[in-house]
Amino acid sequence: MFSYYLKLAYLSCKRTWGMTLLMVCAIGLGIGASMTTITVNYLMSANPIPQKSEQLFFVQMDSWQPNDPYSDDGDAPTQLTYRDATYLWQAQKAKRQTIQSGMAAVIEPADKEVLPFMVQGRANSADFFPMFDVPFLYGSGWDHQADLKKERVIVINAELNERLFGGKDSTGQTVRMAGEDYKITGVMDRWNPKPRFYDISTGSFNDVEEVFVPFSLITEQKFDRSGNTNCWKPTESGFQAFLDSECIWVQLWVELPTAQDKEAYFSFMNAYAKEQNQYGRFARTDNNKLRDVMQWLEYAEVVSDDASMMMAMSLMFLLVCLLNTVGLLLAKFLGKASEIGVRQALGASRNDLFIQHLIESGCIGLAGGLLGLVLAILGLEAIKVMYGDWIRDLAQLDFTLVAMAIGLAIVSALLAGLYPTWRACQVQPSVQLKSQ
Amino acid sequence: MSTLLTQLELGPMFRALMRNKIGALLIALQIALTLTIMVNAIFMMQERSQQMARASGLDEANTFYLSNTVFAQNYNLKTALQQDLQRIRQTPGVVDATQINAIPLSGGGWSMSLQTKAGDDIEGTGTAVYMVDEHGINSMGLELIAGENFQNSDIGWREEGSTKWPPKAIISKALAETMFEGDWKNALGKTVYIDNHQPVQVIGIIKALQAPWNGWNGVERSMLVPQQLDSKGSRFFIRTEPGRRDELMPVIEKMLAESDRGRIIRNVNSMEQTRDESYQEHQATNTILLTVIIVLTLITGFGIVGLAMFSINRRTRQIGTRRALGASQWQVMRYFMLENLLISFAGVILGAAGAIGLNIWLVATFEMSPLSPVLLVIGVVALLIVGQLAVSYPALIASKISPATATRGRA
Repeated sequence: MFSYYLKLAYLSCKRTWGMTLLMVCAIGLGIGASMTTITVNYLMSANPIPQKSEQLFFVQMDSWQPNDPYSDDGDAPTQLTYRDATYLWQAQKAKRQTIQSGMAAVIEPADKEVLPFMVQGRANSADFFPMFDVPFLYGSGWDHQADLKKERVIVINAELNERLFGGKDSTGQTVRMAGEDYKITGVMDRWNPKPRFYDISTGSFNDVEEVFVPFSLITEQKFDRSGNTNCWKPTESGFQAFLDSECIWVQLWVELPTAQDKEAYFSFMNAYAKEQNQYGRFARTDNNKLRDVMQWLEYAEVVSDDASMMMAMSLMFLLVCLLNTVGLLLAKFLGKASEIGVRQALGASRNDLFIQHLIESGCIGLAGGLLGLVLAILGLEAIKVMYGDWIRDLAQLDFTLVAMAIGLAIVSALLAGLYPTWRACQVQPSVQLKSQ
Repeated sequence: MSTLLTQLELGPMFRALMRNKIGALLIALQIALTLTIMVNAIFMMQERSQQMARASGLDEANTFYLSNTVFAQNYNLKTALQQDLQRIRQTPGVVDATQINAIPLSGGGWSMSLQTKAGDDIEGTGTAVYMVDEHGINSMGLELIAGENFQNSDIGWREEGSTKWPPKAIISKALAETMFEGDWKNALGKTVYIDNHQPVQVIGIIKALQAPWNGWNGVERSMLVPQQLDSKGSRFFIRTEPGRRDELMPVIEKMLAESDRGRIIRNVNSMEQTRDESYQEHQATNTILLTVIIVLTLITGFGIVGLAMFSINRRTRQIGTRRALGASQWQVMRYFMLENLLISFAGVILGAAGAIGLNIWLVATFEMSPLSPVLLVIGVVALLIVGQLAVSYPALIASKISPATATRGRA
């Protein structure tokens, strides 16, 4: 019976091919536009480290000026002063903790024929690697002692290892960076969490850095800092004055496996703020925050306004396309009234007719969905071209999204087909036969 | 009035519509949603286009810049900088060059707060800071509208980590207006305070110079200070004679790179390229919105065609009867045109309400500004025209139905 209905659907679509084409295009365009924007939103709001996002916390302490809060909503600053961050880090009160900032330096390859080049890097603590489950191709990160002793150690990424060592195991070898030799402790495997949750201060979807070095070296002024620096209080000239200043430029992440750990750490932070308050700092002692990965990303609004606005627009667009389809299907099915009358007179039950027309709308939906999928792929390609490099990883369909697109198409088409189908089944055979 | 209504057959038309409520409702809803989306999308496009149209104040067509990163140890930064600048300025085709700490519209830069009185608790005005020498104004192609440029003797070295500011500055007209209640001329010669306490005298005012951050609401506020950076990372900003920029960019890059192996020359970019990159997202969003508007209008238009064709097919016999009873072709056509106008009218009224509703939501959620009523009126008129255009083809077909159809058996 099913194949017979399919044949009937085919014949019916062929007879009114213009209308059918219009419906398939409408559903296809609606689905294509929606899937494109849903994909970008879905990937922007993805959990970059699902296995432990609830155990990793971003530390915010309100050291900002007394008269005027840091942000309009009164929330604590998004970075820490050097002295607060190092105090909290040195206390080692969490299971793991990493203090960090961006850096940049020039690498001079051993091969003198190759020109020196600039790398973007990160200055962080030993715990960074185990905390964020960083995968290693060779070797590993450095240990806590290296942080304390300010050892010249370095972790490089796979691309840089390819460039400098032809992809071979380079652990134990040295890299000449900013005029000094650094010993490679590990080569990072390909790892590119999106959003780059551990530091979104200069762009939520930036790529992972090429090199990683101990944070303690940054305070030795071995290389340039990068990232944002915000100050509210005038300071004296010189680097030491800068380190002691109220300028915020350091970030601190802590790993707290249980709720008790979190509570304990939070009271530790607040106690520190109270103590500092006695020295005239921390005007708002109870405005400190401990947000886990997803809470932090949500607070920092990593999903861009443009993306959410586009999604809202495209869903309304889909609605227009569906209204269009309802109208056209209605017209089409009612246009077949005499045929339906004949079929009823010949013994087809309402149930049969209902299934027959539902199959017809389902087929139109499926065709529209497939067209939509193709359009979504094209749409994502267009987005990559138009928005540039950073959106590359946010414009890719995965299995879930493909299944979602097809599901959305069929559900939409069935919804659109439901009312016209019901109307078609209400046809009175006697009226139709009489008018013949 | 009543004769006109009778003439236009509004009564029978309305009764006919009531018999096919769903069909009419679907078209009206489609038109309403289309209007809602269209008006808001056009409005979003307008906002972005206005932002992109703001002048940066620079001679964008003839300027470019590059980064100079020194990695060699024991390097005499000061001497090298002067030599580099001299070499660039002497290159044939170069108008002028300066060292600069940040590039307008590039996204990265330095900002400070300026206040008209000294003190810790005084509210200041945020501004972008550009550190240049006396060649700065000429190198960027800025227009000095009051006061004077820096002298060579004003230029000082800024050591790494220094928090000291020079005693003179040139500010943009927009910054002067914000600080001196709209009267920018009043700023000339005045002393303002940077970093809460350090006095700076305004010696000149430039017409415009944008900050590095295009999304900042103070993007027009900027200041030039007479300083050269004693730093391993610096930038050169270069202006060429009209039309020679593209030819000179690789020449200067090569010259600098080869003159000295202790540094890297990178990020050689024209100002035009920087503007494009800066507004890439705006541009892309506008393209997408435009596509959405066009496709949406097409779908709604074709939907109207499809449904009108259907309703005419179903009414072939009635139309034939009307023609046989003496209705002219024009009267038949007018009937369908008017019917569409009636439905569209209901649609645009609903759509206008929807557009305002969506705009209120967008304003509340995304900090957009409220919609202009003119745009709404334009959208309403545009959609009514689209409806009339779409229905004109089916209506034309209807008008061609022969009166003889009335006498035939099948409808």
